[in-house]
Amino acid sequence: MSTLALPTVDEEIWRYSRIGELNLDQFELGKVSTKIDASSQAKQCVSSATNVAPRNATDIFEDLNVRNAQLTAISVAKNQVIADPIIITHSLDKSGVVVYPRLVIDAHENSEVTIVERFISGNGVSSLIVPVVDVRAAQSARVTYVAINELGNATWQIGYQQAVGQRDSMMKLFTVALGGDYARVRAEVRLEGQGANSQQVALYFADSTQMHDFRTLQDHAAPRTHSSLLFKGAVKDTAKSVYTGLIRIRENATKSEAFQTNRNLTLSHGAWAESVPNLEIETNDVKCSHASTVGPVDDDQRFYLESRGIMPDIAERLVVLGFFGEVLDRLPAVPFIADLRERVSTKLLGDSN
Amino acid sequence: MTTLEIKNLAVAVGGSQILSDVSLTIKSGEVHAVMGPNGAGKSTLSAALMGKPGYVVTGGSVTLDGVDMLALPTWQRATAGLHLIMQYPTEIPGVMLQDAMSAALDTRNQDSNHLKKIIETEAKRIGFDPELVMRSVNVDFSGGEKKRSETLQLAVLQPKIAILDELDSGLDIDALRDCAQRVEDATLETNLGVLVITHYSRLFEQLKPDFVHILTNGRIVKSAGPELADELEVTGYAAYL
Repeated sequence: MSTLALPTVDEEIWRYSRIGELNLDQFELGKVSTKIDASSQAKQCVSSATNVAPRNATDIFEDLNVRNAQLTAISVAKNQVIADPIIITHSLDKSGVVVYPRLVIDAHENSEVTIVERFISGNGVSSLIVPVVDVRAAQSARVTYVAINELGNATWQIGYQQAVGQRDSMMKLFTVALGGDYARVRAEVRLEGQGANSQQVALYFADSTQMHDFRTLQDHAAPRTHSSLLFKGAVKDTAKSVYTGLIRIRENATKSEAFQTNRNLTLSHGAWAESVPNLEIETNDVKCSHASTVGPVDDDQRFYLESRGIMPDIAERLVVLGFFGEVLDRLPAVPFIADLRERVSTKLLGDSN
Repeated sequence: MTTLEIKNLAVAVGGSQILSDVSLTIKSGEVHAVMGPNGAGKSTLSAALMGKPGYVVTGGSVTLDGVDMLALPTWQRATAGLHLIMQYPTEIPGVMLQDAMSAALDTRNQDSNHLKKIIETEAKRIGFDPELVMRSVNVDFSGGEKKRSETLQLAVLQPKIAILDELDSGLDIDALRDCAQRVEDATLETNLGVLVITHYSRLFEQLKPDFVHILTNGRIVKSAGPELADELEVTGYAAYL
């Protein structure tokens, strides 16, 4: 149990969320089944019980995760390069449970690793998953992390990603969210070492009554750090999405660059997307930009394709797949990326209106 | 033999009447040039013929071999045989030109198996880099590449009637010559009928008009043979305003 209280939508970080619908007491503590696919070289790096530094919980969910974590720890030694991606699959097939997977990625100096974490549950599985991932990239380490939400239509997710980069490190953090009833990720990057670099890229697509909710932070705490963020989402039917993102440049983070782009397509009249970018800059001599858009498929693009004799629904599918292509093309070469494109396409074809 | 018949067409945009009375009959193999100064309503004519959203037809009719085009959505006007080459072709990030053409052939129940081969042949004819079909539609294309791409699509889709909206804007002379020549060839090879909208006669060196119409203030004020274009070259539109 946690001594902390459930948050409310009065807190800025929970604004627009569906937290008010949650009754934690309806879930009992459960276990998520976790499968790890990795080369034999990579398997050496994985354990389920190491001395993981404790984590400061910002709210009840992180606190409960610390207390109940099902831990997967990946530690990549100095100068070690893991060629093949490590694929972690969490599956949940029981209703009425809450599970707390926790992943810790420690990439030591000048190491390199790619990790894919998939979250899967069947349709109708009414449970709550509270995943927490900590990425720590030491000096010059290169970490690629991909989170894929393939949860069923009744599952809730309240997730946390925290990535900390040291000097000259490179962190690429991808999120693909297709599933869940209410699926939220708070994705935070802190660049602590001079010259640290981060990229956050996400694709989210909600239909029916789904809601996707993202809160991002690009926190620059050292000079000459560089962050970029590209989040692209679509909502269909009566689905909703929220993106709020903050770029924070601390006083010592001179000559830093931070870019943030959030683009949303609303594919049905009943769908709703919110996008709130924010900047908090405490020093001069930095380069920052943010861009945010919410709107339907561009009329001119649709007209162009239709004027070639392409039917409206196919034209729309082409444009939306093209819109997401920018994100899909950046994903690392993992076996099921082609599936993801297909799943987006299938979602587009589903009954609408 | 195909006939596009535009009768007394009136079109409003954003509440203002842009075209008030336009009548033209274009038959297979013919080239009709509609010329006029900026703001005459030339681009409105092409947009309205293709059914672009925002262009409201307030009167008149448009038929293709007797079929009411105004009753059809844009895509069906295209499959019926109309094709629009746009003045400013739209960029569509992430949609490969080849995929768009393949989807366009699908609606026409045409086999797209040979598409690659056809594209290669057609690209060569107009000096288009065939690698560009693997890129997003019009994204980062130069002015010349855009118009060559538009012409390539026309050649692949083989419409009955082509509407060329200022084919000659934003491209160099070489590209213009290649594109105009390809359209001229189509009038002979596939009996394409052409409505070419322009305010310069430069492209008539390759694409020879059979008829020239002057459009000012939303109506056709004069129709004649190709000699009218030569006259305009000397006197301008002043006499017709």
